[in-house]
Amino acid sequence: MRPELQKLFRMDKLPHIWCPGCGHGIITRAIAEAINESDLDLDKTVIVSGIGCSSRAPGYMHFDTLHTLHGRALAFATGVKLANPELNVFVLTGDGDATAIGGNHFIHAARRNIDLNIILFNNNIYGMTGGQYSPLTPTGKIASTSPYGNPENNFDIPALAIAAGASYVARGTAFHDKLLIDCIKEGIKNKGFSLIEAMSMCPTSYGRRNKMGNAADMLNDLKTTAVNINVAKKLPPEKLEGKFLIGKLHHKPYPEFTQEYDKLIAKLQKGAE
Amino acid sequence: MTSKKARLIQGNRACAEGAMAAGVRFFAGYPITPSTEIAEIMSEELPKLGGKFIQMEDEIASMACIIGASLTGKKVLTASSGPGISLKQEAIGYACMTEIPCVIVNVQRLGPSTGGPTSSAQGDIMQARWGTHGDHPIIALCPSSVYECFTLTVTAVNFAEKYRTPVYVLMDEIIGHMREKVILPNIDEIKIVNRKRPTCPSNEYKPYQIDETLIPAMADFGTGYKWHVTGLFHDETGFPSGKPKVIEEQFKRLMTKFDKYSDEILSWEETEAEDAEILLVAYGSTARSALDAVNILRSEGIKVGLFRPITIWPFPEKRLKTLAEKANKIIVPEMNYGQLILEVERICKDKASVGGLFKFNSLPITPEEIMFKIREVL
Amino acid sequence: MVEKPLDIDQKLCKGCGICYTLCPKKAIKGDEKGKVVVDNPDLCSKCGICESHCPDYAIFVRREKK
Repeated sequence: MRPELQKLFRMDKLPHIWCPGCGHGIITRAIAEAINESDLDLDKTVIVSGIGCSSRAPGYMHFDTLHTLHGRALAFATGVKLANPELNVFVLTGDGDATAIGGNHFIHAARRNIDLNIILFNNNIYGMTGGQYSPLTPTGKIASTSPYGNPENNFDIPALAIAAGASYVARGTAFHDKLLIDCIKEGIKNKGFSLIEAMSMCPTSYGRRNKMGNAADMLNDLKTTAVNINVAKKLPPEKLEGKFLIGKLHHKPYPEFTQEYDKLIAKLQKGAE
Repeated sequence: MTSKKARLIQGNRACAEGAMAAGVRFFAGYPITPSTEIAEIMSEELPKLGGKFIQMEDEIASMACIIGASLTGKKVLTASSGPGISLKQEAIGYACMTEIPCVIVNVQRLGPSTGGPTSSAQGDIMQARWGTHGDHPIIALCPSSVYECFTLTVTAVNFAEKYRTPVYVLMDEIIGHMREKVILPNIDEIKIVNRKRPTCPSNEYKPYQIDETLIPAMADFGTGYKWHVTGLFHDETGFPSGKPKVIEEQFKRLMTKFDKYSDEILSWEETEAEDAEILLVAYGSTARSALDAVNILRSEGIKVGLFRPITIWPFPEKRLKTLAEKANKIIVPEMNYGQLILEVERICKDKASVGGLFKFNSLPITPEEIMFKIREVL
Repeated sequence: MVEKPLDIDQKLCKGCGICYTLCPKKAIKGDEKGKVVVDNPDLCSKCGICESHCPDYAIFVRREKK
């Protein structure tokens, strides 16, 4: 690893626990690159996660790190950020963690527009427990609990986040790492709830069952299925069938929760003088 | 000298004021009867003090939220009741495991399930002890007056900070909603305890160090210590470990960390207990009826006494055992189907006969009912 | 003497094969265990695609300091 990036990692904890070819390592590096390029005070940066494969990432990152409970990362992070708004707070979460058991916290954190940077590692599966379908497993796909194909519909996470009130929403992939870094950096700049969906791949529990080839094949799938939103604008709808959009999908700043609360405190304390 | 004012206030208000007097500056909660007044008061008062109040999307989130806030160095509180406390158990276990200071107020109502939202009960005694999965240490304090709602909340905050643990203030609906005349202590009369923070260089910091104090120092997030917090079993450095020896060492420290401080943690009140032949063991609002019964029966010459545990968990076992040597009968009145009696039986079964007076129909236990029970066993 | 274009930490490499599949110049390959080794150092253009897509942080492309 590049020496300047090493200070953001707990190098003695590597190698990490992820399977060979897991996209999470690539995304974790992208997060570190984005933090590094954003000149954040590393002492004032906190990384929070829930439970699952993605949520193991903070353990390898050299910050104050909080590995919490399944689905609850955003609730813990809300406490950290509201209690000390000076801190830069990141939430690393997965598709199961954020959108199934943590779905309620997800929409409410977005609704508050609290200044958190959420990177949602989407590998379309519960990897840690051996490959059960998640709310982001596409319909029809095979998982250990959908042996005949997933009978359920999946969430469109950016649409959900936008509807719930997120002020910045973007999507990158493990292949499009430079774009992903740029999206995370923009999310950091945005004062409010920033959601970055990072498309990952799980060769072990998802790719294998769905005959998607090896890690490199899956990475190539991400490359060919993703369409940059700026390109997509010029394409006819039929060219976008079966594709997903990447890039900045939504950016609409509006008052942020902890800043508004601090204003309230200032007003009340001034009134008391 | 400040002149202290007598006030007529509710237990829930005394609790909220006690928390703020003890330095609580962060509250996260969710509306639920009969504890809601605490959240309402906090929402009004905390921002005036520069503190933060947040109404979370659910009970689980509010428990998680205060743990996150505590990690930044704030003193934190949440309040709820039966169904809400059940939901919080997941994160209470996390706070036990990661040793994060926090205070949980449970204004007990009739359960299980939705039960009786406005009915008093004492049915969460065992939940407070064993509510979350796995073995874990816990402290629970049980006020039986409005004044004690204030003082014990202060104590709970101090204990949470000193012992790096979640602490319950185990109220009941009667205590929470009862209005009583109180003269609360001035702020300068209140003893405040702050958590131990590390002074070593960050690369030497061990957030779960095993030393003679058994309570490791805790760094505030954002101060450069860059430590890792996880609900997984972890070693002294805070990182996950699956080594049986490490798990056992840390588990042992966790389970025994209060023992060393039992003189400070355990508290109780005795009324005519020393020479009592019949000893009542009662807590919370029920102890008030028990006290009346003792006073009335003593005036008739009946040797009745009251032992009121204030610290319910850990239980003041030694003292009760000594009293049980003299008393030949012990009666445990409680607003449930028999919970604390199980602990009393465990402690006293070889010393005295133990009987219960249980009431679980939403009504309080009256002094008359207790006296009737005593006369029955005389 | 040809300067080494890449540092490879074989202890970190899990042999997923992403790097040498993506390498546009075929400068690296998998050894008998699938772990990455430099095959043709002269071909390496130091584009960095292997480094940025290595999930295991096993590759470091040596670039000249600007």
